Amino acid sequence: MPHDEHGNDHGGSGLSPIALRVKALESLLVEKGYVDPAALDLLVDTYETKIGPRNGARVVAKAWTDQAFADRLKTDATAAIVSLGYEGRQGEHMVALFNTPQVHNMVVCTLCSCYPWPVLGLPPVWYKSMPYRSRAVIDPRGVLSEFGVSIPDHMEVRVWDSTAEVRYLVVPQRPAGTDGWSQEQLAAIVTRDSMIGTGLVKFPP
Amino acid sequence: MNGPQDMGGQTGFGPVMPEINEPVFHADWERRILALTVAMGATGSWNIDASRHAREKIPALKYWSSSYYEIWLQGLIKLMTERGLVTDAEAVSGHMQVAAKPLKRVLTAENVPATRTKGGPSNRPSNRQQSFAVGDTVRARNIHPTGHTRLPRYARGKVGEIVLVHGTHVFPDSSAHGRGDDPQWLYTVRFSARELWGRESLDHVHIDLWEPYLESIGGTGVPRALGGASLRHGREA
Repeated sequence: MPHDEHGNDHGGSGLSPIALRVKALESLLVEKGYVDPAALDLLVDTYETKIGPRNGARVVAKAWTDQAFADRLKTDATAAIVSLGYEGRQGEHMVALFNTPQVHNMVVCTLCSCYPWPVLGLPPVWYKSMPYRSRAVIDPRGVLSEFGVSIPDHMEVRVWDSTAEVRYLVVPQRPAGTDGWSQEQLAAIVTRDSMIGTGLVKFPP
Repeated sequence: MNGPQDMGGQTGFGPVMPEINEPVFHADWERRILALTVAMGATGSWNIDASRHAREKIPALKYWSSSYYEIWLQGLIKLMTERGLVTDAEAVSGHMQVAAKPLKRVLTAENVPATRTKGGPSNRPSNRQQSFAVGDTVRARNIHPTGHTRLPRYARGKVGEIVLVHGTHVFPDSSAHGRGDDPQWLYTVRFSARELWGRESLDHVHIDLWEPYLESIGGTGVPRALGGASLRHGREA
């Protein structure tokens, strides 16, 4: 999970033009009373350190080990995910997509950057980028190869274009060699990309 | 609108470049514009559809050459200037020159957690008739709205099968333009890669589409096992 404290590269006196514009805008909105600086700080902290793909990994690990939960995730993913405490903004209407030996699912938003924030956090840059948004639907296997993923010809690739407020979470296949593992152990090997569908869960990784 | 945001199926943007151990933010200003956008969204001055429309109205060449958070900055300024909340001159100077307008609410720190967990569900009650059911074959209309729409160009005129019914949801084509929620039935429609792209493949693309985007082409209840062949037949019918 990306917790790295990067990002102060434009700090000090050498602010970039875009950093100056955002700083000016923030000053203005605070001066006008439209935003509360403490709320801004809390939002940043929430999305930088509290909400990320570890949430989704716990959903997947539970689905792998608890058949009743997996069934609920299939039929009412929103409620199943809320039961683990993950809900709200950009996760109001969830659908879980289960990978099988016959079907590989992958998710895109060709029109913007729709992504299930409560379970995966904010999307990575590549997910929001023009190459992914343009090619995921027309050349999914080519895109997957850029992630080092090769889906056999006899399998179907299902791409899900998030054009509405429905958000999709891929439940990857559980790798062999993990029998008897705890949910915590399993969650630790579930990657963000495997829950978008641009990765597979492998053991050993 | 057939704007720069409608990217599905284009080529020429190069390979996808995943970054190993990518940080959540790449610069401090990205943190701030994310927070400003969410906080201003929480004031209720616009809805998510208007917000998406503001971004897609950015001139195409500028849109395609901007990073995602640059697009968010441009979109946020546009939303606020359109509503008279700030002026362009104020946004540049960073200083108030005209009085603040009253807002429905201001997001305080103590309300951040509750506002996040409440979210903004888009399902709405409606007494509209549901026209399609799972298994129905439908065609996405060949329409080119000049306002906001969530019907991607690559799906227009194409034939697919209803695979999920999500109930009635806010219709973005109305909501983005201040014309109300106008809830419509929302479906997930499954299109074969052959139908979309003209090549033999097992693959499919699923798209969430509201009922006004769809038309019946007769012949309901296509068995899943027939897959692409039956869809092609349906289109010729």
